Amino acid sequence: MTHVHIALWGVLPYLVLGVFLCGTAWRYRYDRFGFTTRSSQLYESRLLRVGGPLFHYGLFLVIAGHAVGLLIPEWVTERLRVSEHFYHLNALVVGGAAGLATVAGLGVLLWRRLRVRAVRAATSRSDRLVHPLLLAVLLAGLTATASSAASGSYDYRMGVSVWFRSLFELEPDVAAMRAAPLPYQVHALLAMGLFALWPFSRLVHAFTVPLGYLARPYIVYRSRGRAVRQAARDGSPARPGTR
Amino acid sequence: MTDSTPHRRTRRGGRAPLGRVMAQVAMVMNLDKCIGCHTCSVTCKQTWTNRAGTEYVWFNNVETRPGLGYPRGHEDQEKWKGGWRLKHGRLVPRTGGRARRLARLFANPELPTLDDYYQPWTYDYETLTTAPLGDDLPTARPRSLIDGADTEITWGPNWDDDLGGGPGPLAADPVLAQLEKVGERVRLEYEQAFMFYLPRICEHCLNPSCVAVCPSGALYKRIEDGIVLVDQDRCRGWRMCVSGCPYKKVYFNHRTGKAEKCTLCYPRIEAGEPTVCSETCVGRLRYLGIMLYDADRVGEAASVTDERELYEAQLDCFLDPHDPEVARAADKSGIPHDWVTAARRSPVRALISDYRVALPLHPEYRTMPMVWYVPPLSPIVEALSRDGHDGEDPACLFGAIDSLRIPLEYLAGLFTAGDTAPVEAALCRLAAMRSYMRRINLGEERDPRLAEAVGMDAARMEEMYRLLALAKYEERYVIPTSYTGEVPRDPGEAGCGLEGEGGPGMYEDPADAFHALSPLPGQAAAQTSGTAGTAAGSASSPTSGRLNLLNWNGKGRPAGLFPRRRGGEQA
Repeated sequence: MTHVHIALWGVLPYLVLGVFLCGTAWRYRYDRFGFTTRSSQLYESRLLRVGGPLFHYGLFLVIAGHAVGLLIPEWVTERLRVSEHFYHLNALVVGGAAGLATVAGLGVLLWRRLRVRAVRAATSRSDRLVHPLLLAVLLAGLTATASSAASGSYDYRMGVSVWFRSLFELEPDVAAMRAAPLPYQVHALLAMGLFALWPFSRLVHAFTVPLGYLARPYIVYRSRGRAVRQAARDGSPARPGTR
Repeated sequence: MTDSTPHRRTRRGGRAPLGRVMAQVAMVMNLDKCIGCHTCSVTCKQTWTNRAGTEYVWFNNVETRPGLGYPRGHEDQEKWKGGWRLKHGRLVPRTGGRARRLARLFANPELPTLDDYYQPWTYDYETLTTAPLGDDLPTARPRSLIDGADTEITWGPNWDDDLGGGPGPLAADPVLAQLEKVGERVRLEYEQAFMFYLPRICEHCLNPSCVAVCPSGALYKRIEDGIVLVDQDRCRGWRMCVSGCPYKKVYFNHRTGKAEKCTLCYPRIEAGEPTVCSETCVGRLRYLGIMLYDADRVGEAASVTDERELYEAQLDCFLDPHDPEVARAADKSGIPHDWVTAARRSPVRALISDYRVALPLHPEYRTMPMVWYVPPLSPIVEALSRDGHDGEDPACLFGAIDSLRIPLEYLAGLFTAGDTAPVEAALCRLAAMRSYMRRINLGEERDPRLAEAVGMDAARMEEMYRLLALAKYEERYVIPTSYTGEVPRDPGEAGCGLEGEGGPGMYEDPADAFHALSPLPGQAAAQTSGTAGTAAGSASSPTSGRLNLLNWNGKGRPAGLFPRRRGGEQA
């Protein structure tokens, strides 16, 4: 049993991380053309306009919640005088609401993918793997959140979070994860599966969040010649935004 | 000129400060000659978009006007929110600024769906050959190219061609609707109907709103020739450009998930050849040429308050290549001399700025489009001949241009944001040309008064006739071959991968070897970076010490221009 736990919580995370990083680098190097959202809005717009934003904005909240829960140790919130009760109530209400919104959005999107013929026809093999996995990860996570509503329940900040941070200290705290209840373990395991698939699916579009747009001038000029040479132009420099 | 900042001649004879000069390959289409044969659309499609994922994509299409256009009703910017609008005097994309665009990444509310274009289809041809023997003739049923299911054809790429759509779709024409808003009752009865064809490609705007709304920065305007392109490796399929373009000339490839658009056939343009649509145009109605413009004036011109002044404002951006100060400034901006020469011979510039017969398509979108149109005189001539008048009699023609308000207003709705004066002026010039040339053809005396009545003289009238009516190939297309408007190469930077030592690009240029330059003052950098090998080898070559005057920039006194004086010091 211990060997299994060591394999799952001590070795597998690093394998997944390796696949995630190398896979992304490989994909970016050899398939930059494939970095796209592969939007299907052209086929169907009405359902997407509900499901798309619901899923993505819900997901942003969920990710923010994970970052807070996993990365911020308990002593920090204690120092900030955030009471234990308030913290968990907040995690339950906000996290639960965000999770439900995400699942609802994904539900709409999956329904659309299955029922709209054109969208279904445009579904790739990796989609068929990633979509159910995404749903499973979300449902497991929601179960874990819901289970924390019961009084005297498992405090993930003393277990899962400790394990997660220990991964980056290169000293995986297998015991902390081993003690976690099943929903947490399943959630973590499925999430690792998702990260392993990430570079090879349409999920890579998450890396292309166009934040640079906020700081860019509207019109982009580029030279026929090499972009680098453009920057070297003296005298009348290229417009800002020219690469 | 005593002050150092360059100035240019304005259209009104004054002088105005000159900003950065840029060159643009522009097109003009003479609508009177378009017969709606769709050859341009077909050859364009065969060249660029005959692939899966681009079935519905027509970089070039020909619309019947009045009509809906492609996609249906795309000119209704209340609905599609393309182009720019003025917000507190500043230009913002009509779809909203940066924050609003990013907030709508996950579902673009203004994206047309396939139904707004049409559902591409094929036919089930196989049943024709595999159907079992029977009494009934087998039929090839239409089948969707999107999901493969049987489909019904309800709309197509040119459903309302030649008014085939009937009064229903016709009444939905956004330009007609705009006219009705200002109280012009448009009756669509047969005897009052008029129509003409409008071929459309990407406008390659000076102020492109598709570029402005692209979150990834994948769309860009090329500095050298102004062609607007999509970097396929940077496009992430956010689809903002599709809704940002008011002309709906950016399409979404639903297979690759990337935006694609008219490229102005840039590989052909770079080689000095016309675009495929121009080359194959049966009516010889397309003109391609260079326009020089002042890039620093574009923003100001696009934000003129009154929409009706946008046409004039854009005209003011264009520069006269005959103006020596403009030529000098163009040289400073890195535009090669043959491009300035080409701009002087540009048929596009002649039609736009000299004869003033070409007009921009929908300047009110504030994108400063660069595909312009010579408005058609035919609706008016046809109306005249239908009533039994002489369609070429000047008095009749001028009177008719004035009295046939509906076609005129409609053309103004397309080309000048509703201002009929420029359309009327252009049509009068075309009418005067007809009448003037008819006298010549009938062996009558030339009548320069006809030309003077429209602000031209006899010689220019005949030049315009030559350009519009004879339309010789080499006069229609004046396209210089491409350049890389570039600075000397950075010495530290390796060039193209093939140019490495011993690489396939590493051949010795015989011309360079022959001229074996000695470095000029101020050219030392270029020498060491580009042709270091040649320079080093030149000492032993038989032509050492010779000077290549072609490389002399006219400044200073290059070594080797004069023979050495006795005593070793240079003259």
